Amino acid sequence: MRLELREITKQFPGVLANDRISISADRGKVLGLLGENGAGKTTLMNILSGLYRPDSGEILIDGEPRLFSDPADAITAGIGMVHQHFMLVPVFDVVESVALGAEPVTGLVHTFDRATARKRVVELSAQYGLHVDPDAKIEDLPVGVRQRVEILKALYRKSDILVLDEPSAVLTPGETEELFAIIRGLAAGGTTVIFITHKLNEVLEVADTITVLRRGRVAGTVLPDETSREELANLMVGRDVELTVTRSPAKPAGVVLELVDLNVRDDRDSMAVRGVNLEVRAGEIVAVAGVQGNGQTELVEAITGLRQVDSGSLRIGGQVVEHASPRRVSDLGVAHIPEDRSRDGLIGSMTVEENYILDSYHRDPYSNGGRLDWKVIGEKAEVGVREFDIRTPSIETHVGALSGGNQQKVIVAREFSRPVQLVIAAQPTRGLDVGSIEYIHRRIIEQRDAGAAILIVSTELDEVLALGDRVAVMFAGQIVGVLSSDQATKEAVGMLMGGVH
Amino acid sequence: MRKRLRPLLVPALAVLSAFIVGSLFLLFTDIKHIGMLTTDPVGAFTGALGNIIDAYGALIVGAFGDPKRFSTALQSGDIHDWTIAFRPMSETLVAATPLMFTGLAIAVSFRSGVFNIGGDGQFVLGALGATVVALMFRGMPAPITLVAALAGGIVFGAVWGFIPGFLKARTGAHEVITTIMLNYVALQIVQLALRNDFLRQSTSSQPISKVLDFVRVPQLIPFLGLRLHWGFIVALLVAALVSWFLFKTTKGFELRSAGLNLTAARYAGMSAGGSIILAMVVSGALAGLGGAFQVMGSVTQMSNDVNSGYGWTAIALALLGGTRPGGVVAAALLFGALNNGGHGMQVASGVPLDLLVFIQALVIMFVAAPDLVRKIYRLRQPAIESGAPAAEGAPA
Repeated sequence: MRLELREITKQFPGVLANDRISISADRGKVLGLLGENGAGKTTLMNILSGLYRPDSGEILIDGEPRLFSDPADAITAGIGMVHQHFMLVPVFDVVESVALGAEPVTGLVHTFDRATARKRVVELSAQYGLHVDPDAKIEDLPVGVRQRVEILKALYRKSDILVLDEPSAVLTPGETEELFAIIRGLAAGGTTVIFITHKLNEVLEVADTITVLRRGRVAGTVLPDETSREELANLMVGRDVELTVTRSPAKPAGVVLELVDLNVRDDRDSMAVRGVNLEVRAGEIVAVAGVQGNGQTELVEAITGLRQVDSGSLRIGGQVVEHASPRRVSDLGVAHIPEDRSRDGLIGSMTVEENYILDSYHRDPYSNGGRLDWKVIGEKAEVGVREFDIRTPSIETHVGALSGGNQQKVIVAREFSRPVQLVIAAQPTRGLDVGSIEYIHRRIIEQRDAGAAILIVSTELDEVLALGDRVAVMFAGQIVGVLSSDQATKEAVGMLMGGVH
Repeated sequence: MRKRLRPLLVPALAVLSAFIVGSLFLLFTDIKHIGMLTTDPVGAFTGALGNIIDAYGALIVGAFGDPKRFSTALQSGDIHDWTIAFRPMSETLVAATPLMFTGLAIAVSFRSGVFNIGGDGQFVLGALGATVVALMFRGMPAPITLVAALAGGIVFGAVWGFIPGFLKARTGAHEVITTIMLNYVALQIVQLALRNDFLRQSTSSQPISKVLDFVRVPQLIPFLGLRLHWGFIVALLVAALVSWFLFKTTKGFELRSAGLNLTAARYAGMSAGGSIILAMVVSGALAGLGGAFQVMGSVTQMSNDVNSGYGWTAIALALLGGTRPGGVVAAALLFGALNNGGHGMQVASGVPLDLLVFIQALVIMFVAAPDLVRKIYRLRQPAIESGAPAAEGAPA
């Protein structure tokens, strides 16, 4: 079916989230919807899926205006959503999950007709090459397959228009490739696909047309063959952006972080980090690549003192820190950019200035014998806001009200506000827009050039390749390969990430 | 200035709504006038309305005093008349004082992310501690005895807060369970202690302590002979102190951080266990001090009756006051006025005291459901915070 959104406008208190946005996608075509965080993508999709009602504008399906008052209307109209965060019941199997809410029933008391549901799931799975085991439990499935279950759910409800919201955020490079193949297959079969992302490469690869949103408006609609990454980035951000931050070759000096045969257990007491040996020298960036959940989180927590080390040795600047507290590690001059900024790095309902001192409030000059000196704190926070170009109405604004990029800048500004010999950055640019990514990368490289040792942990291949002077790949708790920056190609790292070595 | 007053809007409207619903309650239980509805509808309506006005009028007079009494006192200039005029107000503040201490205690714990439900136990043990220390110091100069007894209250309360704090920090035992259970333990300790001849008043068959007349908290306005004592002023000072502690000290910063996001506090190098224990100790100490002032200021003997659910009411006060010390003080004053004025209302207009319990419960309900209040009065949502739709495109 042909989908068209015409002049959609949606106003929230203080924000014009969608300003006369018009997009269209023909039957069997893939529309790539590209935009930074806050550009209005999610609002637009929530309107399309019936969660929000537009203040003005129309939704047309096959030329016919439609009004959705709730998500059920949108589903009836043939629109299927695959959300970024999956909506699946972990203890259900695939057939149950897919049929949930649209179960075929049988008999007098309308019992669930599993056989019929299963048959359709198998058919659909085969028809679109989804390769999903209908009887597997959701909790046993890898993330990539769970996503295909979500797609199945939409197809099962006879969706002719499939909306995928940031679908690659949780996938490995290999899984992303498979997803693209599935998308092409769906389009070939007549499904209209709307693919929402902030990743330039992906829209170029999979979309038939690309519409770029910026600050709630359409910044442009282009064809993949007639555009370039640079042009798209420019449209997204509204200015020229350096996609790969230029960096001079590293000049590694003495070892700052040294891990020898490190073993760390996860919360479920199984070994998450297995015999890791790694060293990071002053003046170099070591990037740890790997799919989420291969022990990187536990590795970072162990280094920063947040998690008990099971065995092995851990030294920072020559000091033994296997059993050090987070405070002690931080006192050694370790900056930590945690992987989940809103959970680990910030206190959303505290102000920018309070967050700015979150890990150094007890130090001079902020603390004066146990008393906080708010005047000095305010002055220093103002300096941080200015130096790191944090866009905030004031330092008394709650940090939770800032955009993701500005939140991350608050963390980076805080961590780099004191002398640093080691930087541990986990997913430093996750979910950020191109402009913020460029900025944060530049700041990290500055720290390297100033002589700090840097350990980056990232699931984004592009980031690992852009920053790593050396790239270590983690798989199933082990470092399965360390590549120099000229050996580290997309293919080589991608293979190692998938466990092929 | 408008921005500063905004947080007061919802609680104020909650109180107003509670009174409106309370008046409906009066209306529908007014059997006499409901019976008149068919014979004399106008009379029934005006009569019922008059009833409501009488009841609320008596409540206000009971809580703040009768204007007529004030004018009498003004004319006669007699001290005795002044005492009578000011007594309702004095009693309101006396009723509010223990609530201020326990309300602040619970507010500190909530701010720190710890749910201290044990205000009751900490309060009675504080009262017991004060009694024990006072009797031990008997014969010393009164000021020394008083200060020592207050300190005793603080220590007993703090210990009773430390236990669940320590258990949570060390073993993860949930403080809601442990503090509730320790309330019962505290009551039994008091029972046991009051059997001891050192404490017990030998002339009474009831478990009640010796009269603590040698260690009174001084009255605030001695020449009027009212019960209002310095504990009220100390409660105000403690509120200021708590505010200073929470917002101007590093320890207070740790507590607030831990309360808002324990994970981020840990990542920032703060000690989660330390924060929990500190919060519970401070909380227990405040409740204990309240108990000490109660037994040596408002009443004269230690018994189980020294506490009337102050620790429980405190939970509501902490919420009503938005866990801000100033807000808690205001909420405690409101509840003190309702409790005290309720007695006057019962005597003057025959409306049962239970109506006040009903209204208090409604206040809490409305405060706990701010969206409901905003809907009823068609207020706008508060300024955009995280989570509002405008924070679009939540982190990927």
